[in-house]
Amino acid sequence: MHIPTALRSYTAQQGEVQVEGTTLADALAALDRRFPGIRFRIITEQEIIRPHIRIFVNDVQAPHLAAPLQREDHIYIVCALSGG
Amino acid sequence: MTPSTATASSGAVTLLIGTRKGAFILKSDRTRRTWKVSAPLFLGHIIHHVVCDPRDRRTMLMAASTGHLGPTIFRSTDAGKTWKESPAPPAFPKLPESEKGRAVNHTFWLTPCHPNEPTAWYAGTSPQGLFRSDDGGVTWKPFSYINDDPQYREWMGTVQDGTPDGPKLHSIIVDPRDPQHLYFGMSGGGVHESVDGGKTFQTLLQGMDVVEGFDRTTPTFHDPHCIRLCPNNPDRLYQQNHCGIYRIDRPSDTWVRIGKNMPKKVGDIGFPMVVHPHNADCAWVFPMDGTTVWPRVSPEGKPAAYVTRNAGKTWTRQDKGFPRANAWWTVKRQAMSNDAHETTGLYVGTTQGEIWASRNEGATWTCIARHLPEIYSVEAATLGR
Repeated sequence: MHIPTALRSYTAQQGEVQVEGTTLADALAALDRRFPGIRFRIITEQEIIRPHIRIFVNDVQAPHLAAPLQREDHIYIVCALSGG
Repeated sequence: MTPSTATASSGAVTLLIGTRKGAFILKSDRTRRTWKVSAPLFLGHIIHHVVCDPRDRRTMLMAASTGHLGPTIFRSTDAGKTWKESPAPPAFPKLPESEKGRAVNHTFWLTPCHPNEPTAWYAGTSPQGLFRSDDGGVTWKPFSYINDDPQYREWMGTVQDGTPDGPKLHSIIVDPRDPQHLYFGMSGGGVHESVDGGKTFQTLLQGMDVVEGFDRTTPTFHDPHCIRLCPNNPDRLYQQNHCGIYRIDRPSDTWVRIGKNMPKKVGDIGFPMVVHPHNADCAWVFPMDGTTVWPRVSPEGKPAAYVTRNAGKTWTRQDKGFPRANAWWTVKRQAMSNDAHETTGLYVGTTQGEIWASRNEGATWTCIARHLPEIYSVEAATLGR
């Protein structure tokens, strides 16, 4: 999982971390267990990806947390270019 | 937040500054004449409020978000030297997908609870919600029933009913005599009071005006900007409202519009309200232009505080030291505060990134910091040793 600079305060400045899961939701849960609090900065309490965040699995944008994952997939958390 | 006790302090003052682009700490010498500004903390984060806990004078909480990331609370237990992020900041409950659940956009207001509850804090959010922490600000839970109550949800309105960057729950006040006695304000949504620790709340609207043509019995149409309780007379509160300046003396349930006594050409519209820590007859406002399309800047570009020393019967202009003209400031509701000195110091943060201070209760003003980002909040604290 590729971590944007805005979130690396949670990961001791690591830009890449390995997590396990069969869905994006699983992977983010695993990420949050390892780095408590990071998930809420990305996902709202209503389980929706925040407005200016995008998540890609390999090169395909994940529309929701149920997106399935395969072993060796690369997950990119991206702070969107929201204008300006 | 005003000083939480009526005990006078002396010596150095620390100002905790929240801005649109990070937080800053200003520290004075013992005379409050010279000030030193820190490097930015969390540069680039949107900081709505930074508060030092008066119960230990070391713990600080900071309400933060960024343009991209969700909201969080940063916490320091060493007077701002180091900070950690809350693993569970204020968040609404998850609702089934069939129901439209709310998501906290940012925490707007932080209030330390009563000294008898030394690790308790309250937070107000946008969209409007009331939250409580019982572990010193590490983890947070929804507080009371109001976040999900259909009547309160109606009064809270939607994003369209609030301020330009969202409706805000603010001015959370804990009676220093009784932690069960609470007040809060909603913009919009009125003033609310609980005497049973949040089990029930009642509206406290009587006497408050609303924009012409709206129904004053409907809480939605009331817009308190800032409410303050007098530390040395907790039965007295002052309020700067969208529609005037008010005082209430409990147990009366009627606000009195003391802003009617302001000069007509200045009016009684503004955001902040400050009360004297040791004299309940004394309070300050910082008026803004609330005419026509509501420019929300100093009237005629001439900034000034106004003080009353007789509970609102008369007001005196205090502009010595401020620019004489062409200063188009806005002072937001959390951006004016005071310290607990016997002769209280006053502090004003502007949308242009300046901090102005007065060591003599507003008689003269000096700019003590400039070129900061847009200032959202200013809190004065006396740090422990």
